[in-house]
Amino acid sequence: MKPAKLWSWIIFAFGAAYFIVPLLATFEFSLRIRREGYTFDAYTSVFSDGRFQASFSYSLLIGVCAIIVGLLIVVPAAYYVRLRAPHLRPIIEFITLLPLVIPAIILVFGYIRMYNTSSALPLLGTNLGTDILLTLAYVALALPYMYRAVDTGLRTIDVQTLTEAANILGANQATIIAKVIFPNIIVAVLSGAFLTLAIVIGEFTIASLLNRQVFGVYMQNVGANRAFEPAALAVISFVITWGAMGMIQLLARFAPKTARRD
Amino acid sequence: MAEEFLRIDKLVKTFGGNQVVKGVDLSFNKGEFVSLLGPSGCGKTTILRMIAGFERPDSGRILVEGKDISGLAPNQRKIGMVFQAYALFPNMNVADNIGFGLKIAGMPKPQREARIEEMLQLIGLSGYGKRYPFELSGGQQQRVALARALAPSPRMLLLDEPLSALDAKIRVSLREQIRQIQRELGITTVFVTHDQEEALSISDRIVVLNTGNVEQFGQPFEIYNRPQTRFVATFVGTLNTLNATVADAGAKTVTLGGTTVTIPALPASARNGEAVALTMRPEAVSLANGATRDIVLDGKVAEVSFLGSVIRLKVDLGDNAVNLDTFNDQRTPPPAHGAPVRIGIASSDVLVLER
Amino acid sequence: MTNVSSVADPAAGPVSTGPAVRVGGNPFRFFTRLRLGDIIAIAPFIIFALLFLLIPTLGLVVGAFQDPQGNFTLQNVMDLATPQIAASFWISIRVSVTSAVLGAAIGLAIALAIIRGKLPSGIRSTVMTFSGVASQFAGIPLSFAFLATLGRLGLVTVLLKFAGFDLYKSGFNLLSFWGLTITYLYFQIPLMILIIAPAIDGLKKEWGEAAATLGATNGQFWRYIGLPVLWPNLLGTLSLLFANAFGAIATAYALTGSSLNIVPILLYAQIRGDVLHNPGLGAALALGMIVITALANIVYLVIRTRAERWLK
Repeated sequence: MKPAKLWSWIIFAFGAAYFIVPLLATFEFSLRIRREGYTFDAYTSVFSDGRFQASFSYSLLIGVCAIIVGLLIVVPAAYYVRLRAPHLRPIIEFITLLPLVIPAIILVFGYIRMYNTSSALPLLGTNLGTDILLTLAYVALALPYMYRAVDTGLRTIDVQTLTEAANILGANQATIIAKVIFPNIIVAVLSGAFLTLAIVIGEFTIASLLNRQVFGVYMQNVGANRAFEPAALAVISFVITWGAMGMIQLLARFAPKTARRD
Repeated sequence: MAEEFLRIDKLVKTFGGNQVVKGVDLSFNKGEFVSLLGPSGCGKTTILRMIAGFERPDSGRILVEGKDISGLAPNQRKIGMVFQAYALFPNMNVADNIGFGLKIAGMPKPQREARIEEMLQLIGLSGYGKRYPFELSGGQQQRVALARALAPSPRMLLLDEPLSALDAKIRVSLREQIRQIQRELGITTVFVTHDQEEALSISDRIVVLNTGNVEQFGQPFEIYNRPQTRFVATFVGTLNTLNATVADAGAKTVTLGGTTVTIPALPASARNGEAVALTMRPEAVSLANGATRDIVLDGKVAEVSFLGSVIRLKVDLGDNAVNLDTFNDQRTPPPAHGAPVRIGIASSDVLVLER
Repeated sequence: MTNVSSVADPAAGPVSTGPAVRVGGNPFRFFTRLRLGDIIAIAPFIIFALLFLLIPTLGLVVGAFQDPQGNFTLQNVMDLATPQIAASFWISIRVSVTSAVLGAAIGLAIALAIIRGKLPSGIRSTVMTFSGVASQFAGIPLSFAFLATLGRLGLVTVLLKFAGFDLYKSGFNLLSFWGLTITYLYFQIPLMILIIAPAIDGLKKEWGEAAATLGATNGQFWRYIGLPVLWPNLLGTLSLLFANAFGAIATAYALTGSSLNIVPILLYAQIRGDVLHNPGLGAALALGMIVITALANIVYLVIRTRAERWLK
């Protein structure tokens, strides 16, 4: 092996410093709550706060709902586009990528105008309606990631051949999706799910404008009123993000390796 | 005596504890077309990449016209190279690809364009200058790659399995074209291949390599007809092996299928009663009617393979079997499967290989 | 919009079409041979896209051209030129362009270092995993992290003061253009690394070797081949990074409150409390944001089309 080039070490060290220093600083800051010395009191304070527990479980619940709804929308569509209507792929892909280009604040602004109490579909008139709207908004946010994850999963298993093989063996369409396709793409689906969770768990803009007390809104409140707890929250939320992304890495090891890779 | 151009001196290269080139010595003449032939892992590509400068030898020297180039970076060696996967720059059209080396060398635009046109004519792709690589067939891309390598007038050309990604027909026509261009320019060329037919048809001389060692270095005629090692004999071309027993070592006679025949090639080291392997090419065996063949054996046709201009028969001789090639003659159908035949072998065509 | 097609799918590489798909010539033929199963499969997606992506956005576009009584007007769009709003757009564009360009440049450098710089092999996978996390670590917690780092009491600020350098007296302020840009880089750089790494992998080793045998130096290889080949990807990522920063609000909101009036924060305030005293003007703000992100993508598409001549 040739030795690493000096410039690549320099760039790497510079990048590592930029990314690691804020994490260390945040952690250090979160321990500074007492004058006497470093303590974990900021974390105790956060975890014992009823609003933390409430907002976190609410975010988790909405996140799980968004994942389920998202899968119900994305999996059949991705499957049929790949198998029956590949010529629709550009259109469908274009749509799935829109949320990366249309900012969240525009989406929620549009929702507020479209689903207000005087509209034909007054979702914002009731609590449940607003919860549903928030869930669907998160489905929209996660759409690019969810679609890509499922589509990648489908590509690696060669849907067409599997479907034809199952057809010859006498399976109907529902059986094919449930028994053949889904078990094969479960890893990809779970990756999309964890990514969705990572996006949803700290989301602020949409929930705030829909007046929902999600974890992100709670964090913002704490940030406006406290000094050290926000740092503790940042550490907690980094750990959660790392956990969700770590799960994806872990899952990747179980991805099917038999099919072609292109 | 031809003028020496490239000299390789005790070249050694190790990858991760595995010695892939084990002290190779070679000397190529100016204007010569030499093939490095061998199975994958024999070290042929590694030698080529060391000549190009992409790999650094552990020890040994590479001299071009008497000067050691081992210390030079690849971009200072003035050696043209053509790769298996074409490696055309996808963002440049054909003309820009061919002109790249000239541009780097700082050739002014008018001369550069003239040279590009000259190269396009050389490879028979005039009018293709504005096309992009993806618009060309594999064979066309490889011709452009050849023109690109030749445009800056390198002192030497390296070809790394340039034909193996192509269809059979194109492979043959392109190799003829490469050889013709090489002759025209008189450029010293090293050609790496694992295809013995390709090496035999195109080369002035062939280096047969196996597990990092040179097995034989010679003209195609020698390599094919007088293989010096068992590896060369079996790797290049098809070979028949007949098991025989030495009858009288002094008289150079052996017992083969119940008859005793004289084998001029029997080594002096052979001892009476010893088992030896007699080998010969399929075309050295004939359906014997001729008096010119001093070894005559009877057998039965075991297989008939129609190969076009040639028909290959496998003949069962009881304890031995031989393949023989006979020309296709429209008026004489080949013998049927199972038919009894008599075959003849000229004892002067028989080689005895060391075990 | 294909620029972002490789975003969440680093494995896809530059070619996004899958294996052996049957391509119909006429896209409308699909509708003439729809089966019930197809409708059931596609309908939820289409309905969702219409109700929660397309129509709400189009509603805003229409709203931008309506007065409070619902009549057509250009007044809202003209009012975007008021000094306060124009200044908002200007600072938003500056932050987005700066963080996108710096993020792309630094991200490219890091990606090249880990892929082509011959660093130990474990480093690459570590950086890629970390990038996955950091690219999603945005919004409120990110602003907390930077307050704890570069805020007035942040660790780096304190340490620098200890070492005799007063960051804030030297003119730096986290609640400023540069403060926001440095913070945004925390998700921009990793995003760039994630997207560009597969493209760098797509650069064939033989291209570099061929260039070398033709006399090119490493620098010349990158100038004539490496960067031009990466160019469409770089531009696509750049426009994505731009959109990413341009629409971001949570980080800036938690960091600066309303002291740095970028467009999304202005729009946020407008939605909350109609601070502009004109709902139509809010829609016009949204239209402005849509137009600018769309323009960034059109610029990309135009340049990509020119590069398309050699793209397969």
